[in-house]
Amino acid sequence: MAESMCRTLRDGSLEGEQAPALTIKDTTASPFGFHVFSHVLSQLSSFILASKSQSRGFVIVAFSRSPSFYTDLLKRRGIDVNSSHKWIQILDCYTDPLGWKDQLMGSGNFTDVSYEASSSLSSVCKDVKDLDKLYSSILELGKGLVGQGKDRFSVAIDSILSFFLGRDLWKLPVRCQCFPNKPDVDRFSQSEGIIRDSMSKQISSIFWLLHSDLHEVKVTSVLEYLSSVVASVEPLHQTAIGHRGDLESLSLLKHNFGKGKLQVRFKRRNGRVRVMMEGFHIDQLGISFTSVSSEDVLVNQSLLPKVQFNLELSEKERIDRAKVVLPFEHQGTGKPIQIYDGRRSLTESKTEATLSSSENSQRTENSGEGEIIYFRDSDDEMPDSDEDPDDDLDI
Amino acid sequence: MENRALNLLDEALGLDHQTDPWPLCGKVVLVEDCVETSGCFVLHQLLKRTLSPQSPNNTIIFLAFSHSFSHYDRIVRKLGCNLVAQRENGRFFFFDMLKQLCPDEKEGKTGKGGFPALYRKMQKTIGALPENNQNHATIMIDDMSLMEVAAHGSLEHVLDFMHYCHTLTSEFGCSLITLNHEDIYSSMERPTFMLQMEYLTDVLIKVEPLATGLAADVHGQLTVLNRGICKVKGSSKNKISNFHFKVKENGVDYFYPGTRT
Repeated sequence: MAESMCRTLRDGSLEGEQAPALTIKDTTASPFGFHVFSHVLSQLSSFILASKSQSRGFVIVAFSRSPSFYTDLLKRRGIDVNSSHKWIQILDCYTDPLGWKDQLMGSGNFTDVSYEASSSLSSVCKDVKDLDKLYSSILELGKGLVGQGKDRFSVAIDSILSFFLGRDLWKLPVRCQCFPNKPDVDRFSQSEGIIRDSMSKQISSIFWLLHSDLHEVKVTSVLEYLSSVVASVEPLHQTAIGHRGDLESLSLLKHNFGKGKLQVRFKRRNGRVRVMMEGFHIDQLGISFTSVSSEDVLVNQSLLPKVQFNLELSEKERIDRAKVVLPFEHQGTGKPIQIYDGRRSLTESKTEATLSSSENSQRTENSGEGEIIYFRDSDDEMPDSDEDPDDDLDI
Repeated sequence: MENRALNLLDEALGLDHQTDPWPLCGKVVLVEDCVETSGCFVLHQLLKRTLSPQSPNNTIIFLAFSHSFSHYDRIVRKLGCNLVAQRENGRFFFFDMLKQLCPDEKEGKTGKGGFPALYRKMQKTIGALPENNQNHATIMIDDMSLMEVAAHGSLEHVLDFMHYCHTLTSEFGCSLITLNHEDIYSSMERPTFMLQMEYLTDVLIKVEPLATGLAADVHGQLTVLNRGICKVKGSSKNKISNFHFKVKENGVDYFYPGTRT
């Protein structure tokens, strides 16, 4: 399923259509969105490098990690970053997003090591507040990779609004997707319209990471509307809000640590929506996906409060229970329906019960039906009848 | 292994392995406490541990927003570490933000506030360290909530500053240790600042009172979440640890729940 996510991005967009977009979102309860992001990133990179995808180039907009982090990541996954054919560019919005370091260099003769990382692969953006500039540098970098022709490139934004509170960074993907008639997006100026035209022809696919609890619901949903695929990272077991810190949540914390589930919603062009679920866990090698197994269900059950009584049913007990025909249900076996009214004597009912149970055991084998076997405890127990047991009382 | 007794906190932070580089190198550590149980003792312990003679390359840049130098000197001296001497040795840099609380004031209304200047000072300090000590630097901030006060309530500026501190961790391999109070954000519907910091964090240390209330010989509990993937010889260490502590005059006792009567 994670594969089909990557495939959607790989296949790119049709002529005159919007590029497929993927939102990866997580919350602090399960903050593993970045692992999913890097997985998609490296998958798509290998597709691009092997020329299997529609896009020929890749632009990473790095807000929360340094460019060297990405080059290391790709190298670790065995992807050739410095190949002769230039295919990747990193727009570095991490190192100096507000130009503080620039001022430092200007003020003294201090040799700055921070720019050594900015090799041929990355270029530094020193003013992230200027959204227009940011946007056009993405375009420039992409065009630098694939040229002005028909070739397209992919864009990855590693986290939206990370650290730049209220700076409207969330509008960046909106702008990249070029969807001007969404609420709360600035009116596009004419020049932007031109960019938009060229843009929609050249972006093949785009994906971004979003920490959904940092944003207003409005922002999250605008971004989700834009995306054709939404992958949300969720904890295996949800904690109740306001229960942070006590022992119960500690055990939940342990269960959710390093693993979780990924819910992916695919939206087709014709409006069909498909939702899929997959489990994942994270180890030293990265992220690996599994199908959501019954094991998790068991874990869920073992999280019930520990009591002396056995509240659980075994699998067999569960099946047996499901087979029982309750007295009020129509039994419809052709025989006269007998409902035990408790009026027959104990011995009589016993012999009959053994008889019927032997008969029944045969029947259960055949039809797989269950039954209720009930013996009256003693004669003290009042027969189950319409008579008022308190008739003799003088009230 | 050296004769220094390791405690549970050291173990949970992975400090028990004498590895080079320093285990916290490039990591962000966030200590979260609340009014009932103060977490500043964790900072004191980490101060002492970082400046211990076993790791002579370590340096600390301390941004003090809540207490003065003499306060820390007095406390850490009892733990067996002389901050004055360390300062003179060039291993401990103390930025007293109390005196210049509201770093904005000096810069005037030029817009960005005092944080860019503070950042530049820090970067110069680290840049001036000997080459092989640079990735052993630790930046400590003793109260993040007061940074907000210093920035005249502008969280944006604080977050910008924190971002730049974070770039230092990836550039130089510094570690960043901060203290924040969890409960002051508890009434907010969306405590963005705290959540933002939690997303950045590699190691989260929560200091909480006992759920059962006050006790004479247990002062509270610590939960350490080690999110970073540690590569210690393939051993899958327990990345979540929970234990109780008792703060004493010249140290802290850590023990697992139920092991002390």
